[in-house]
Amino acid sequence: MKKTMKVSEAVAGIADGASLMIGGFMGVGTPPRLIDETVRQGKRDLVVIANDTARPGVGIGKLIDAKLVRKVIVSHIGTNPVTQRQMLAGEIEVELVPQGTLIERIRAGGYGLGGVLTQTGLGTIVEEGKQTVDVDGRTFLLEKPLKADVAFIYAKQADHIGNLTYALTARNFNPVMAMAATTVLAEAQSIVPVGVISPDAVMTPAVLVRHLILRERSHG
Amino acid sequence: MDEKTLIARRVALELRAGTLVNLGIGLPTLVAAYVPKDMEIFFQSENGIVGMLTLPEEGLEAEDLTDAGGGPVGALPGAATFDSAMSFGLIRGGHLDLTILGGLQVDGAGRLANWMVPGRMVPGMGGAMDLVSGARRVVVAMTHTAKGIPKIVRNCTLPLTSVRPVSLIVTEMGVIEPTADGLVLRERAPGVTVEAIVAATDVDLIIPDQVPEIRLASDCGGETR
Repeated sequence: MKKTMKVSEAVAGIADGASLMIGGFMGVGTPPRLIDETVRQGKRDLVVIANDTARPGVGIGKLIDAKLVRKVIVSHIGTNPVTQRQMLAGEIEVELVPQGTLIERIRAGGYGLGGVLTQTGLGTIVEEGKQTVDVDGRTFLLEKPLKADVAFIYAKQADHIGNLTYALTARNFNPVMAMAATTVLAEAQSIVPVGVISPDAVMTPAVLVRHLILRERSHG
Repeated sequence: MDEKTLIARRVALELRAGTLVNLGIGLPTLVAAYVPKDMEIFFQSENGIVGMLTLPEEGLEAEDLTDAGGGPVGALPGAATFDSAMSFGLIRGGHLDLTILGGLQVDGAGRLANWMVPGRMVPGMGGAMDLVSGARRVVVAMTHTAKGIPKIVRNCTLPLTSVRPVSLIVTEMGVIEPTADGLVLRERAPGVTVEAIVAATDVDLIIPDQVPEIRLASDCGGETR
C-alpha cells in the first residue's frame, strides 16, 4: 500500500462509528487538515479519545460543532461549552479520565500492557466500578488499556518515509497515540527528504505510520 | 492589597530554589509574579514543558509553545519539552516538588475537592487528580469562603480530587496546616482575628498558643512584613 496519501483519500478510509485517537492539547498539536477533512466528509458516530475537546471552532471542537462525535474519552471539557451542552442534552457520552491516567491507558494500549496500576483516582468517583490491586501493602486502581481504530497525529517534520519529529508543547499525546492505533495517519507542518531527520532525532519511527498526508499547493 | 494578591504573596514563600513546581490555573498562576529574582525555579506545565516562562512581550508568540490553557508562553534557557507520558511521569513518579492548586472545598482531614460541582459545573479533572495524588507537596490557594459560605468544612459535599491530604491551605484570612490531629491554624492575615477565622470555618481548628501574623513575599520576591 502506498505510504503517502491525499487527505481526502486517507479520511475516506475511516468508517462511521470508528474510534479515533487525536493528538493535541487545547488544539495545539492537533492536525488541522485531517480534522477539516473529517468534517467535510461528515463522518458519523465517532468515538474520540483525546486530552480535551479544545474550544468551539478549534481543533477537536470542530468535530463537536458538527455533531460527528457519539462519545469522547477525555480529561476535561471545561473549555468547550458546546461539548457540555451536548452532554446535558444526552447527545454525546463523556467519559472523564484523569489526564495522567488517560495517557498511561493509551501507553498501555500501545505497549501491549494489561493495564496500569495507579493511586490517582483512588477513593474518588473515578474508582467506581473498577478493580483495586494491592502491591506490597499499597492499594492501586487498575486502569485498563485504550486502543483505537485510527490515530490523527500532527508532526513538526516528517521525512518521505514517515519518520516524525514534534514541536515543543505540540508533542503532548501524539507520540504515545502513534503506538496505540491500528491505522496511524500523520500530518506534518513540513515534509523533508529522508536523512534530514537524523536517527537520534526521530521521535516516532516511520514503521508506525500507515499514511503520511500529502501537502497541497495553496494556490487558488 | 486585594485578597488574591495577599494569597499569592504568602504562597510564594513556599517556593524553594532549584525545585520543580506546577501552578494550577487561576489564582495559583499569580504566584509566579512573586518569585525572588535570584531564585531559580523550574515551572512545569503539564502539556509538556519544564522551564515555562511568561512571554516577555506581545508579538513573540509561538503557536507550538503554550501553557495548559493553550495560551502562548516563553521558555527559560535550558527549558525542556516532552510528551504527556513523561509530563505525568514527573507528576506521578514523585519528581514534582510542589503543586499549587485552587480549591472549592477542603475537609477536616485536609482532603481537597476542586474539580466539579455536580449538576452545575462538570469541567473534568484534567491533571488535578494526578497532581494532588503525586506531587511531594500540595498547597491549596483559595478564598476562605465562597460569598460567605465556608469552604473549609468537616466533610466535603463536593466530589474529592484525592483522598491524600494536602500539605497547606493559604487563604486571605490565614494559613492552615492539615495534620494527623486535625487542621492547625498557623498564621492569620493582618487585621484578622483568630475568632473571625474560626467563625468563617465549618470545622474545628486547632489553635496554638501563638498564631503569628502572616508572612508575605514582597513585590520583587523575598520576605517582607
